[in-house]
Amino acid sequence: MDRRIGVYICHCGLNIAGTVDVAEVARYAGTLDSVVISRDYRYMCSDVGQELIKKDIKELELNRVVVAACSPRMHELTFRNACRDAGLNPYLYEHANIREQCSWPHTDRELATNKAKALVRAAVRRVYYNEPLEVKEAPVNPNVLVVGGGIAGIQAALDIANGEHKVYLVEREPSIGGHMIQLDRTFPTLDCSECILTPKMTEVRQHPFINLLAYSEVEEVSGFVGKFKVKVRKKARFVDESKCTGCGVCEQKCPWKTDSEFEAGLAKRKAIYIPFPQAVPNIATIDKKLCVYFKTGKCRACEKFCEAGAIDFNQVDQIIEVEVGSIIIATGYDIFDPRLMPQYGYGRYDNILTGLEFERMTSAGGPTGGKVLLKNGKEPESVAIVHCVGSRDKNYHEYCSRVCCMYGLKYAHLLRELTKAEVYEMYIDMRSFGEGYEEFYERVSREGVNFIRGKVAEIAADPVDGKLIVYCTDTVIGKALRVCVDMVILCPALKARSDTEQVAKTFTINRRADGFFLERHVKLDPVATPTDGIFIAGCCEGPKDIPDTVAQASAAASKVLSLISKGRITLESAIATVDETRCLGCGRCEESCTFHAPKVVAKNGVMVSEINETLCKGCGTCAVVCPSGAMSIKHFTRQQITSVVEALTEA
Amino acid sequence: MELSYYPGCTLKTRAKNFEDSAIASIAALGVNLKELPRWNCCGAVYSLADDDLIHQLAPVRDLIRVKEQGQGKVVVLCSLCFNTLKRANMLMRNNAEKRGTLNSFMDEEVDYNGEVEVVHLLEVLRDDIGWKTVSDRLKVPLKNLKLAPYYGCMLLRPKEVAIDQVERPTILHQLLRALGAEPIDFPFATKCCGAFQAVGNREVALESAWNILSSAVSWQAEALVLSCPLCDFNLAGKQEELKQKYREFKGIPTLYFTQLLALAFGLDSKVCRFELNYQDPQPLLESKGLL
Repeated sequence: MDRRIGVYICHCGLNIAGTVDVAEVARYAGTLDSVVISRDYRYMCSDVGQELIKKDIKELELNRVVVAACSPRMHELTFRNACRDAGLNPYLYEHANIREQCSWPHTDRELATNKAKALVRAAVRRVYYNEPLEVKEAPVNPNVLVVGGGIAGIQAALDIANGEHKVYLVEREPSIGGHMIQLDRTFPTLDCSECILTPKMTEVRQHPFINLLAYSEVEEVSGFVGKFKVKVRKKARFVDESKCTGCGVCEQKCPWKTDSEFEAGLAKRKAIYIPFPQAVPNIATIDKKLCVYFKTGKCRACEKFCEAGAIDFNQVDQIIEVEVGSIIIATGYDIFDPRLMPQYGYGRYDNILTGLEFERMTSAGGPTGGKVLLKNGKEPESVAIVHCVGSRDKNYHEYCSRVCCMYGLKYAHLLRELTKAEVYEMYIDMRSFGEGYEEFYERVSREGVNFIRGKVAEIAADPVDGKLIVYCTDTVIGKALRVCVDMVILCPALKARSDTEQVAKTFTINRRADGFFLERHVKLDPVATPTDGIFIAGCCEGPKDIPDTVAQASAAASKVLSLISKGRITLESAIATVDETRCLGCGRCEESCTFHAPKVVAKNGVMVSEINETLCKGCGTCAVVCPSGAMSIKHFTRQQITSVVEALTEA
Repeated sequence: MELSYYPGCTLKTRAKNFEDSAIASIAALGVNLKELPRWNCCGAVYSLADDDLIHQLAPVRDLIRVKEQGQGKVVVLCSLCFNTLKRANMLMRNNAEKRGTLNSFMDEEVDYNGEVEVVHLLEVLRDDIGWKTVSDRLKVPLKNLKLAPYYGCMLLRPKEVAIDQVERPTILHQLLRALGAEPIDFPFATKCCGAFQAVGNREVALESAWNILSSAVSWQAEALVLSCPLCDFNLAGKQEELKQKYREFKGIPTLYFTQLLALAFGLDSKVCRFELNYQDPQPLLESKGLL
């Protein structure tokens, strides 16, 4: 059939027309082989621009279309759909990028115009060889995997499960709850963190649509949106979950102690333990590294006293395979280790606490029963709160951790309420941006708190009385200060989890320079990732407070729910295809494919490769390794690629 | 082992006690410090003015002297000289434009591209000799001596030239421990001694000295350990004034770390040239049975 090609050059206002002579490019395009019509228009992506194409397809009987405009990431789909609406197969459309790859980076009008011509020429040559492709769809598995059982994971899991879709919630620790369950009160309303979180945790436990896999980790993910296969390692607790009643007798009898993670090291836990009273699931776990039975073969005290007979020293890790259609990652954050800033003396001097340690101290259920106490058991008479420890600091983390100002203010308020201490708040800038936050700052500043605007340089301990001396510049009055206090609370940065790299690999998602997971678009697609069907929520995407985390979790859940409610996904049409007359059946394609799409099978007594069309992503690896040239990728045939290269290398 | 050594002006005059004790004690460890021929002033302070290239000539010429010796490394004792030479060396390594200008200005010299390594004697002790070798050579362990290691600024700032962790250095602590002494941790170990403010702004320099000395005293230090003649001038040379200003201040001796090395190695105390110390450390050392 004769090729009848229409070419459209977009001005994009002055974005393209400012640098490229669009009229000249359109004139030039009109001289190319098989081009029937060539136009330039101010905004091709507008309804009017699209109508122009549709009208030409009908009136001029176009059977190929090229638009030269912005990046195909922006509008390729727009124009493919316009072609489809006019009855043209969308794969008979070709997109030339003359904005990001031409007008924006260049300044010389003549050279840029020449380059635009070359790009248009390449697209016109290519579209000549384009073939119509069939667009296929596949069903979406309505099951969902949520990774991480902090507030983000809990919220996302509940939102989806309440829509009566099955959720597998995987949590690495023995209990869900995350960092939020460790917090005492939440700013700015001062409601108790436990009190608002535990009902949600119980709901997770009891929800008929949630399968909670606590003390488990995702080991391997394969497949693609709509059809992921996930291997989860359920770590051995050495306690039979079906028998354990959570009575806690084993904990009382166990003679071996270590620092409690939940109490941020302010209290001890046993080798067999339930991390905290409201744990979900409320099941004991044996810490294999600490348990003496695993080292010497003796003890078994817990087993002797367990009435339910739940202890099982022979338990081994289990690998559970689940199939899901979408995944939400909500793996949270780590806290910056203030020991990396030795000038702050954390770990060397007594009574220097991190924020999390102080949270446990003021918590009514915490190790001090909610009392603020120094190491010597006395109440502090003066406390300094040091902001931005490892945040907003080029030497550690350049970003702002976003929650420290507010919890710092909360500490000041609690200290004024619970003790008679003089409180010093040492901050760089006070960032109180959320709902009710500025009002809370205003309130605390009327409570007799000393605000010192300046970064703390150093903290030393007096050799005689052990008091802490905080060296700081008050930038408001321009003076260096030495503030003598009994206690210092450091506000360490929220940082990406130390194993973020590994997690990113497992799920094939990316990280930003600051270590957190990369969103698909920072403003317009903040919970999606570049990998279809995988979403992120909460602090794994960057530091944020509880309201923002919950909002993001619900956003991710709604993205997943719309995938489920549509129920099908469009499969990639540009996939591998085998020329069976040339295939040697060597199997190299099978070895090279990460998606397991090709398989060598016997056909009419000959071994040939066969492509599973739902698995193939069209990456092209098989076509490269194929020694006989039997394998090719639809829409990226040798002829199509060569035509582009030739067109671009022509003088 | 023989190492090329740059003394600088003060070590030949007021701080001869630093140089003599260093050469003798390092020799006791089998290292010969060979003085650089035809060395000139280091420039005294690294010029921060962007277009002030003329001030870089002096340190770069010294580095060219080292290159001419066929030496890859030059050892410096004075903290100020160390800082000035190392930063000039960094400039020659990293800034091609300024390197070109300086090299073409000094057309009588060979071209210099930052080939030489500038190291402080403390780095030689830590990295080339090792604390264990130092301890093994010990004759008179400095027992019962509580010392305040004072680093000042020039060994640590800017961080690109630092010989140790900038915020909480330990290299002097490690040396003192290797010598059997007890180093204390005091918060003013890296604070400015007052430096050149001693010339135009005496009160500021005095206040700096007082902060450092009183802090060391309150941490029960018996002496300060230094590696910089200018620090010594501000911290020890001004103590008589401080005693008048602060009646409770009884004074505290200062020592170069090399004098302690010589003592601990059991060398003749004459190499320490204690008569040049502003505050005589000998009564303290005698009371500890070290002299």
